[in-house]
Amino acid sequence: MKIKEKIIEMLLGFCAFITVLTTFGIVYILFSESYRFFKEVSIVRFITDKEWTPLFADKQYGIMALLSGTLLTSAIAMVVALPLGIIIAVYLNEYAHKTVRNYLKPVLEILAAIPTVVYGFFALMVVTPFLKLLFPEISGFNALSAGLVMGVMIIPLVSSLSEDALYAVPKSLREASYGMGATKFQTSFRVLVPAASSGIIVSFILAISRAVGETMIVAIAAGQQPRLTANPLVPIETITTYIVQVSSGDVVNGSVEYRTIFAAGITLFIFTFLLNNVSHFVRKRFKQQYE
Amino acid sequence: MTNEKNIAIEAKNVNVYYGTKHVLKDINIAIEKNSVVAFIGPSGCGKSTFIRCFNRMNDFIESFRKEGDIIINNKEIYDRSIQVEELRKEVGMVFQKPNPFPKTIFENVVYGLRIQGENNKKTLRETAEKCLRDAALWDEVKDDLNKSALELSGGQQQRLCIARTLAVKPSIILMDEPASALDPISTSKIEDLITVLKKDYTIVIVTHNMQQAARVSDKTAFFYLGDMVEFEKTQTLFTNPQKELTQNYITGRFG
Ligand SMILES: Nc1ncnc2c1ncn2[C@@H]1O[C@H](COP(=O)(O)OP(=O)(O)OP(=O)(O)O)[C@@H](O)[C@H]1O
Ligand SMILES: [Mg+2]
Repeated sequence: MKIKEKIIEMLLGFCAFITVLTTFGIVYILFSESYRFFKEVSIVRFITDKEWTPLFADKQYGIMALLSGTLLTSAIAMVVALPLGIIIAVYLNEYAHKTVRNYLKPVLEILAAIPTVVYGFFALMVVTPFLKLLFPEISGFNALSAGLVMGVMIIPLVSSLSEDALYAVPKSLREASYGMGATKFQTSFRVLVPAASSGIIVSFILAISRAVGETMIVAIAAGQQPRLTANPLVPIETITTYIVQVSSGDVVNGSVEYRTIFAAGITLFIFTFLLNNVSHFVRKRFKQQYE
Repeated sequence: MTNEKNIAIEAKNVNVYYGTKHVLKDINIAIEKNSVVAFIGPSGCGKSTFIRCFNRMNDFIESFRKEGDIIINNKEIYDRSIQVEELRKEVGMVFQKPNPFPKTIFENVVYGLRIQGENNKKTLRETAEKCLRDAALWDEVKDDLNKSALELSGGQQQRLCIARTLAVKPSIILMDEPASALDPISTSKIEDLITVLKKDYTIVIVTHNMQQAARVSDKTAFFYLGDMVEFEKTQTLFTNPQKELTQNYITGRFG
């Protein structure tokens, strides 16, 4: 019996070890390949160049051209996901009848379960043609359509985490507010949302993180033209799209072109890593507040 | 429907159910204006349920059902024509556990005004000072109005909650065991406060502390298993109760 327990423990430990090992492996490769990249292309050029054309004869390595695409699509997604996510969370938490709630929550979960490739085609085939009616000058590939659809995809992430945070606000605070004659709306937005703000901020950060790393939707609908622009109507390229493009293409292993994907990847990694840390920090403070 | 001139709250044949559970049985009571009425009785006898009928805090409980009339300001408060927000501005409530908002002391006091759309700085400041003075808290916090209310002691928090309730200018204040989470000194401060506030407000207080009921209230109602057994002048009820049940309870033979 004891031996069996020991074996099980070792197996479980081994599984945990493998994930840790994988993480370290990925980080190691990212750093070592990027290091080689930056031996050939200076960091200054990487940051200050305005164009990203490593696959062309006239090679430029301005990551900003890709980063701007990522930030643009993410920003559009956030404009959709954050307000709607909060509103849905408040609605579910404070307004919705039990029955409505029981139907709405699974529907939201379905939204989160749709494969991103489906969202991508939806953006390209449905949303973009629709946007063309509003903005005739819009390109077939553009940041707006991809961003909007990505925002819809992220809504459930924001709404469910925000709802948890709202739900965790002590009942006594709601009673205090209602007891003074506040309406549901006032109680929600003047007491509950501020009291749950740390949890809501965490949901925002995770949502941004998700948007920055999203690949399929932007690869399908936003285009593959690196461009330093804030115009949402023209084709752009995000960091993730570029990585897909090069990985599935035929660049020579070990060439500078090949290493660009690691440099792009590490930029992305630094971004999401920072966001994760911020959210950890906020969450720690959140815990302390109600102890 | 009308109240008699000096009556603040009147309950007529009130029955309350949670689902099928009958928790208040045919209660009749008339609470006079500018008086303090104490509700006493063993745990689970329905004191909180009853006091929460007066500002309709029970509305949030789905299984809650009420029969009979509760009349405040000449209106049956569960009537369709009643706006519950307006009722709650008229009938304030202080809860068992101090529940200040995680905001500054100042913002806590003026919350009731802000939700009524009052944003004039001067008005807000004056009201805050007045209410904090009335709640006997001003001297302790006047230099820290922008500090978080959560940094106050429990007793100070409870007085802040009273100040916050006063700011809405209710005519009736309900207190459900307002001192049960506090130390003796804070408790006696709250009791002193109640005796002062009586001048301007009608106060209904639930308490498990019979000395407290005796100290602060003019009349006392004794509840037992959903019945209101006896409602009398406090002194009479404690010295010469009419019912054996009351006698047994106040002498500590059960409960
Ligand atoms: N939300 C609810 N749903 C169902 N039953 C409830 C609910 N709240 C209270 N009850 C029941 O109603 C009865 C009266 O409860 P209430 O809280 O009014 O008693 P109380 O006199 O205030 O007791 P205590 O002195 O412990 O505060 C109890 O039997 C309780 O179990
Ligand atoms: Mg109670």
